[in-house]
Amino acid sequence: MRFLTTLRMALRALRRNTMRSILTALGIIIGVAAVIAMVSIGNGAKAQVQAAIASMGDNLVLVGPGNQGQGGGVRSGAGGATTLTVADADAVVSSFQTSDSPEENNVIAVSPYVTGRAQVLANGLNWGTNVYGVGPDFPAIRSWRVVEGVFFDEPEVSSSAKVAVVGKTIIDNLFPDTEPSAVIGQSIRIFSQGGGGNGPNSGGGGGTGGGTPFRIIGIMAEKGFTSTQDQDDVIYIPYTSHMKRISRRINISQIYVQAKDEDSIIKVKNDLTDLLTQRHAGTVDFTVQDQADITAARTASTDAMTYLLGAIAGVSLLVGGIGIMNIMLVSVTERTREIGIRLALGAHGSDVLTQFLIEAISLSSLGGLVGVALGIGGSIALGNYKGWPVEPSTTAMVIAVGFSAAVGVFFGYYPARKAAQLDPIEALRYE
Amino acid sequence: MSDVVVKIEEIHKIYDSGEVPVHAVRGVSLEIRQREFLALMGASGSGKSTLMNMLGCLDRPTRGRYELDGVDVSKLDKDELADIRNQKLGFVFQGFNLLARTTALENVELPSLYGKGRKSSKKMRERAMHCLDIVGLSNRADHMPNQLSGGQQQRVAIARALVNEPQLLLADEPTGNLDSKTSIEVMGVFQKLNEQGITIVMVTHELDVAHYCKRNLILRDGVIVRDEAVQNRSIAETELAKLKEAETAAKLLAAGSPAH
Repeated sequence: MRFLTTLRMALRALRRNTMRSILTALGIIIGVAAVIAMVSIGNGAKAQVQAAIASMGDNLVLVGPGNQGQGGGVRSGAGGATTLTVADADAVVSSFQTSDSPEENNVIAVSPYVTGRAQVLANGLNWGTNVYGVGPDFPAIRSWRVVEGVFFDEPEVSSSAKVAVVGKTIIDNLFPDTEPSAVIGQSIRIFSQGGGGNGPNSGGGGGTGGGTPFRIIGIMAEKGFTSTQDQDDVIYIPYTSHMKRISRRINISQIYVQAKDEDSIIKVKNDLTDLLTQRHAGTVDFTVQDQADITAARTASTDAMTYLLGAIAGVSLLVGGIGIMNIMLVSVTERTREIGIRLALGAHGSDVLTQFLIEAISLSSLGGLVGVALGIGGSIALGNYKGWPVEPSTTAMVIAVGFSAAVGVFFGYYPARKAAQLDPIEALRYE
Repeated sequence: MSDVVVKIEEIHKIYDSGEVPVHAVRGVSLEIRQREFLALMGASGSGKSTLMNMLGCLDRPTRGRYELDGVDVSKLDKDELADIRNQKLGFVFQGFNLLARTTALENVELPSLYGKGRKSSKKMRERAMHCLDIVGLSNRADHMPNQLSGGQQQRVAIARALVNEPQLLLADEPTGNLDSKTSIEVMGVFQKLNEQGITIVMVTHELDVAHYCKRNLILRDGVIVRDEAVQNRSIAETELAKLKEAETAAKLLAAGSPAH
C-alpha cells in the first residue's frame, strides 16, 4: 500500500519535470532503439540468406576449388585455387552410377558449373551479365523451371553447341518489345570479359563483328531478387561451350551434386571427398559443402556484425545509465529541501530511497519501452526505404526492456541511498 | 496527570562535530500541558533551535530524558522517531516548506501518506480538505504554492501540520517571513486552534509575536532563564480591528488633506 503511494509520488515528481525526464531517458531510448533496430535488421538479413540458400535447390552438395586441409606451400583460400576439371565432374558422375537401378544411387544429378561475366549484344542493344556454363541437369538440381522453349540436352553439351537459355532480365533488356515466345530462336552475341577470358574474340564462331553468336532456346522462370542479386539476370549455356568459346579456361568453378535425400548428404559428402582426394593425388585442394555449411558460413558474418552492433548498443545503454545517475544526483541535491520536508513529516529513509529508486527505474524502463517502439518503427521504415527484410525479435525486446530497468536500479541506487541518508535538520536548512 | 504532553528532565545536547565540543543545551527541564501555548524565545545561539529540534524528535538529546505523550522518545531509532513525528507532532516552519508544483490539498495530504494506519485515499482527501477549511483556505485547494501569498502558504502549512491530529504543534519562527499584518492573521489562526484544544510550542525572537502566546520561555546559553505566563496577552482579532481602524483613519486623513 505504502509502495503504491510512493510509486505515485515518484511518477508525479517525474511529470513535474517532463522535459528533463525526457532528455534523461533519451540515452536509454537511443540505446534500446539501436539494439532493437539492429536485431530486427540482422534477423531479417539472416532469414533472407537462409531462404536464398534453401532456394538453391534440395539436398545440394557443392564442390568448389580451394584449400581445405593442410596442403603445404602457398594456400590461396577457398575459391582461389583452380583445381577442378571436367574430368573430376565426369568421375563424380561415373562413381555414383555404379548400380544399374537408379533408386540405389545416392546421387540424382551432377552438373559442372563455370562462371564468367560477359557483355551480350542483341537486337542492337547490349547488356553486361553473368554467363554460366552448366550441364543439362542444372534446372533439376536448382528446382528451376524453363517456362518457354527447352533447356539444352546432353548432345548439345557434348557438341559444345552455341545455344543459350536466358533469364527474364535478359529479355527485358535485350528484347524489350518482343513477346517472350518470339525470343526463342533469336540470336545473341556473347563477348567474354574478365574471368578467365581472353576478351572479345572473333575466332570462336566465325561471326561478324566479334563475339560468339548463341541461339536462344529457352527462358527460365522468373525468380526475383535476393538481397544482393537479381537472380533473373543470367544466361545459361553448355559448360563445354563456355570453356571452349567464351572463357577459354580448362578448369571449372564448381560441381553441383544433388543427393537423393537429406539422409544421404553426409555419405555423398564423404564419398566426394574420398574420390577427389584420390584423384588429386592425396591433396585436398577443394571444398565440399552442403547447404547447412553454406548457411553457416554466410550467416557467420551477419552474426559477427550482430555481436559488434550489440556491443555498441550495450555501451550506449551504459552511457544512458550514467546520464540517469547524473540527473538523479543533481535531482537529489536540488530537492534536498523536499527530502528534508518529507523526512520531517514522517517519511522513513526507506520511503525516500524507494521514491528515488522508482524515479530512476521509471525513467530507464519507460525509456526502454519508447526505445523498443522507436526501434521497431525505425527498422521497419529503414527496411521499407532500403528494401531490406525486417524481423523484430520478441526476445530482444524483453531483454532490452529488462536490461534498461536493471540499468535504472544499478545507476539509481547510489543517488537514492544518498537521499535516504540525509539528515532532516540539515536538509531543511539547505538553501 | 495525564494532561502532560511534554516532560523533559535535565536534557543536554553536545555537538562535537567541530574542533571544540559545543554544549548547546545544558540541562533543561520542562513540562508542557495540554492546551498550553508556549513561546520559546532567546537570542541566536541561545540553544532554542536545538531544543526545538529535540522537542520535534528531529534530534536526540545527548543526555537526559524526554517523554512525549507518555512515551520515552530519547532512545528511539530513526524510523521510530519518524513515526512519532508523523503521528504525534505537527510542524510549521519559517520558510513554509511546502512542496513546489504540488497543490495545496496534496501538500496537506502529505503526512497522511506516510501514516502507519492506512486510511482510504478518499478519507485522506476529506481530512485534508477539512484541515484546509479550518485555516480558511478550502477555496484554494487546487492552487500551487507559488499562486498563494505568504500568509496563505503558511496557513496551508498549518493545515498540513494538523492533518494527522497531532498531540503537539511545533512552529519555528512561523511569522519570520511575513509582514506584520499577515503575522497577526497567522497568530490569529494559532490562537483559534489553541482555543480548540491544540497544544502549541512556538519559537520566535519577536516579543510582540510572543505576546499572543500564553506562556513565554526565555533561553540563554542553553538554559532557561525565565518562564512566565503572559500578562496582557494580545488577541489577534482585537489587534486586526485596531489596525483596520488606523488604516481607515489614515485614508480619511489622506482623502481630507488635499481639500483643505
